[in-house]
Amino acid sequence: MSIPFILFFACALLAVIGAVLLIAAREPIHSALALILVMVSLAVLYLLLGAEFIAAVQIIVYAGAIMVLFVFVIMLLNMGVEERTDFSKLAKFAGLPLGFFLLLWMAHWLAHSPAGKVVGTGGPAPAGAFPTVELSKQLFRPYLLPFEATSILILIAILGAMVLARKEE
Amino acid sequence: MEFISQHPVLVASVIKIAVLLFVVMTALAYLTWLERKVVAHIQSRWGPYYVGAHGLLQPLADGLKFLFKEDVTPPVSDRLVYTLAPFLALSLALTAIALIPFGPPTAQLFGQPAFLVSDSNIGLLFLFAITSIGVYGVALAGWSSNSKYPLMGGLRSSAQMISYEVSLTISVVGVLLLAGTLNFNGIIEGQKGYWLHFIPRWHAIPQIVGLFCYLTAAIAETNRVPFDLPEAETELVAGFHTEYSSFKFAMFFMAEYANMITVSCLATILFLGGWLSPFPDSWTWQLFLPGAGLILLGIYCAFDTVTKMRGIARLQFAVVTLLCLGGGALCLIPPVAHYIQGVFWFTAKILAILFFYIWMRGTLPRFRYDQLMAFGWKLLLPVSLANLVITAFVIILPLLRNG
Repeated sequence: MSIPFILFFACALLAVIGAVLLIAAREPIHSALALILVMVSLAVLYLLLGAEFIAAVQIIVYAGAIMVLFVFVIMLLNMGVEERTDFSKLAKFAGLPLGFFLLLWMAHWLAHSPAGKVVGTGGPAPAGAFPTVELSKQLFRPYLLPFEATSILILIAILGAMVLARKEE
Repeated sequence: MEFISQHPVLVASVIKIAVLLFVVMTALAYLTWLERKVVAHIQSRWGPYYVGAHGLLQPLADGLKFLFKEDVTPPVSDRLVYTLAPFLALSLALTAIALIPFGPPTAQLFGQPAFLVSDSNIGLLFLFAITSIGVYGVALAGWSSNSKYPLMGGLRSSAQMISYEVSLTISVVGVLLLAGTLNFNGIIEGQKGYWLHFIPRWHAIPQIVGLFCYLTAAIAETNRVPFDLPEAETELVAGFHTEYSSFKFAMFFMAEYANMITVSCLATILFLGGWLSPFPDSWTWQLFLPGAGLILLGIYCAFDTVTKMRGIARLQFAVVTLLCLGGGALCLIPPVAHYIQGVFWFTAKILAILFFYIWMRGTLPRFRYDQLMAFGWKLLLPVSLANLVITAFVIILPLLRNG
């Protein structure tokens, strides 16, 4: 067991635990904290794959900006404990087995696909395998149009939110 | 032994982190001493004076006091989050410092760079990643205390930190355009050389607007005067940490000072040439500056010991004098002088910025909340954006002209 593998399993486990807690927690703020845990663990996984830039951006954008706003809103509204309805019978008898089956199927597919072989046997990529300079060259040359279109889309979404939130005069 | 030879970087990193932790903790303690002293002298007072000579043992006494005080936990809304918040604040603040290169990678010990723990390709982004999560400590503390004033403080600080983080990041991008790298050592190396043979090529000169935007935003990010709205005593008792006592309070306190050190380090690296000397290499006498400075300090301490100190304080100050003189003599030995050159300049620059911080605290009154928001969004953000656009144009123009 090399150190990157230990790190991988620790972070993968943390991510799964965080994801389960996110759904199971009854306090909204606990759910938010669990989601942050998932995001940080994912960032470490990206780091192990050599994608340093993606890892840092994952934390800055998701954990550092979006989740801060979530927590801010939860604090502002001072939300109480969630109320639960009874667990649906359909979900219990059909959903859970189906979900489990889907998970098995995905694991099987990953283990036999070329991507799975790289992850499973090749070990972690060396740090700096995907340099930031290369990423920005790709982003600003061949993929410039989709990149800018996405940013304009986000801008439109912000404007839409402001229009909706504005009080009628 | 086999483990050490197999993982030299890992072992070296762990040792360096332990040493750095010790140094940073001591620096934090003495930063509070420095702040109290400087503010006291600005206000024509003496500041801490009686615990140790010149109050030098005051931080130790304060630390012990925090350790042994009763840890009162109010009927909080959420005990887990209440306990988590100070740990989050302090651990993130300390993690950020581990990314800083305090000296050049060429200064080595046992084949490992002695003064830097990590040399990441995207050091700057990592630092921003860690500091951007730092908001949670304050926000969660305010929320989980189950009390009006902390909640207000937590809300204020989240809003303030989100607002000023935008300007902070944008003010730094100008430097990144000039440097063309996210690696701290790369950014510092890029500032080597001199204009007219004596003006250092630091980013502070072309990016002077960026430097001012950065410093302003950094003060707001660390919740310091004049932007210390989250803990405005006159309005909010003590803001987000009102309900915290004993060592949990001390952890917030330490986190605040650690954040101050981090932003000062960042300003030094990005704008003031990091561990580079401000003088050209041909001025060889600068090698002996650290030693000479320490010896001068030692002479002053000796004078003080003989003329002013009485009783046990005299003994304590004699020890300080001997330490200064001995350290100064050690730093005068040429190999040692070469070795510590980078660290000396880095520390000197950090101290200058920290002094500036404390100076601001002693001078300026607090902003009103709406003034703070208006200043951040309506002045600081446009100015740093304009700085970024102009820098980008200046860089791209020669490229455009050449086709």
